[in-house]
Amino acid sequence: MTVRPTEPDRPAGASRTPRPAGVPVTGPPAAGPGAAAQPGGATAGSGGAERPPAGPGATARPAGLRLRWLVAGIAAVLVALVAGVSLGPVSLPAGSVAVELLNLFPGVHLDSGLSASEIAIVTELRLPRAVLGLLVGALLALAGGAYQGVFRNPLADPYLLGVAAGAGLAVTVAIVLGANVEVFTGMSLTVPLAAFVGSLGAVLMTYLLGAAGGRDRSPATLILAGVAVSAFLAAGQTYLLQRHADTIQPVYSWLLGRLATAGWEDVRLVLPYFAVTAVVVLLHRRELDVLSLGDDEATSLGLHPQRSRYLLIAAASLGTAAAVSASGLIGFVGIIVPHTVRMLAGSSYRVVLPLSMLFGGAFLALTDVVARTAAAPQEIPIGVVTALLGGPFFVLILRTARRVFP
Amino acid sequence: MTGREPAGAVSPTAVAVEVRDLHVTLDRVPILTGVDLTVAAGEWVTVIGPNGAGKSTLLRAVGGLLPAGPAVTLFGTPIRALKPRQRARVVATVAQSPAVPAGMSVLDYVLLGRTPYIAPLGRESAADLGAVHDVLARLDLDAFRSRELATLSGGERQRVFLARALAQGATLLLLDEPTSALDIGHQQEVLELVDQLRREHGLTVLATMHDLSIAGEYADRLVLLDAGRVVAAGPPDEVLTEELLARHYRANVRVVPGEHGPLVVPVRRGWKQGPPLNASGIGRAPC
Repeated sequence: MTVRPTEPDRPAGASRTPRPAGVPVTGPPAAGPGAAAQPGGATAGSGGAERPPAGPGATARPAGLRLRWLVAGIAAVLVALVAGVSLGPVSLPAGSVAVELLNLFPGVHLDSGLSASEIAIVTELRLPRAVLGLLVGALLALAGGAYQGVFRNPLADPYLLGVAAGAGLAVTVAIVLGANVEVFTGMSLTVPLAAFVGSLGAVLMTYLLGAAGGRDRSPATLILAGVAVSAFLAAGQTYLLQRHADTIQPVYSWLLGRLATAGWEDVRLVLPYFAVTAVVVLLHRRELDVLSLGDDEATSLGLHPQRSRYLLIAAASLGTAAAVSASGLIGFVGIIVPHTVRMLAGSSYRVVLPLSMLFGGAFLALTDVVARTAAAPQEIPIGVVTALLGGPFFVLILRTARRVFP
Repeated sequence: MTGREPAGAVSPTAVAVEVRDLHVTLDRVPILTGVDLTVAAGEWVTVIGPNGAGKSTLLRAVGGLLPAGPAVTLFGTPIRALKPRQRARVVATVAQSPAVPAGMSVLDYVLLGRTPYIAPLGRESAADLGAVHDVLARLDLDAFRSRELATLSGGERQRVFLARALAQGATLLLLDEPTSALDIGHQQEVLELVDQLRREHGLTVLATMHDLSIAGEYADRLVLLDAGRVVAAGPPDEVLTEELLARHYRANVRVVPGEHGPLVVPVRRGWKQGPPLNASGIGRAPC
């Protein structure tokens, strides 16, 4: 029997024959309808790239981001940006705001009809706040989508995994230890770093605790572990605050976030974290699809599931920590957005992750508009608004999770 | 053997799998103790044995899912000398009950089988898509392309799992209980398909199975594993004997000759005194 074992590594881009290695080369490669009719079809020889699609279902396209969804996502971001800038105590016409935003591009000089003070409101007050909202929402949704893929758990969310509590405790420790940390006027580097270490530590604790149930653990096990870890860390934080009453004020303001007082320096601080998280997570979007087959399958397909998992956990936790540092504890964005995308546009991570990033940003920027206009002149903490939306949504996920994630 | 080949070149050889003195210990419990196994290229070998004998562990070691040290050699190359992506082009595994990702179409699922050919962080090429279309056509899955995997029946799903493994383009196919979830008709359908693919494409098949008659009908050779050791190996009629099965399975069985191999018929304990069974007497009512 002629056996030709699999070819060794081929250079990328080299033409590939779709014939599985080891196929005895017998006779000319058959192509066309006749070949398919042959039992056990010798179609293996036909050139893959040129092979015309045939038969029912041939129109099926592989999972991927459709252009119209990408356009919709970008449009949502732009709408959220314009709405975030034009709505507020002093409402500005959306058209003028859009023109003023265009003026920010180098070489564009258009007349928006806004006064100098209104332009200052746009560029110095509202725009940084809207941009920060976009970045934080994108990070939280991206992190949520990544956690759901890494843990193969529909309920995974930065908040529910104890990430927020971990960041909270670590930040409290940092503030208690270094009383002179300037938390209001630009963050010192210590606080975001502490938030990162804290959130990473919390995720790992939750993961290890949830994994103790063995291979057959249910999705709920991880969430229960997250609840336990959150409670444990929150208790530590309460104890620390109790012992250092003078730090309650700075810690609490930090936890509530500074979206309301956001300036460009906050955007500059979050931007590098956003870039790292987005690049790492988005580059792994296909790997997350392979991981959804199971660890054994991913390994036998030549991946390192555990290595990818740790890298993605680190990236998602970094993003969450940056988001928490900038805007305080905001829950449920990481669960609402990826699930909505999954229901509407498809469940492949190649679709879910990029769209979650776009729609997550738009969602939080718009939520922020609601938070500051619904009870004007007072502002509702944005975390309260997302929780009000997220609570019922979470119940919906719980009820449909069995269907979506058998 | 050409075990001195540089990593990356899997040389043609008549031996697909060579396992020498394999020891595997999981959580300080010895699972396999000194297993030897040779599978010739193009051969179908099925590993049988009672629950907990180490059948799946043996398959996992051959598939590279467990660190097997120097004990496992695939097509003349020690498995640990292969990079994961190279290994994935040589050996494909179909697990006992693979996960069924929610919302994934058959086409997408089978396309994931092309992962070893896709650069890390890269995407599928037109050639990958073509290869998958060919596999789907060969397994009569054309009509299911855009169906969601989760909506398929057990037999159809098993064909999709096979398609994913075939899309990997590996010559060595490891099947862990490929038919355990199927009714008897679908069992035959899937196994006939595997056999057909093996003959047409020169695949080597290493499987585990619980149904002994079916195992004997399809395999060239059987390997009987008990408590982590190979206790018998050879053609089905040498391994499927009443004496060996009684000793290692603690089962009361009759072995009767069949058309394609011995048929193993479980007999209720305590009925030993009944009339001797033969091929024509299986269904006979006691009188």
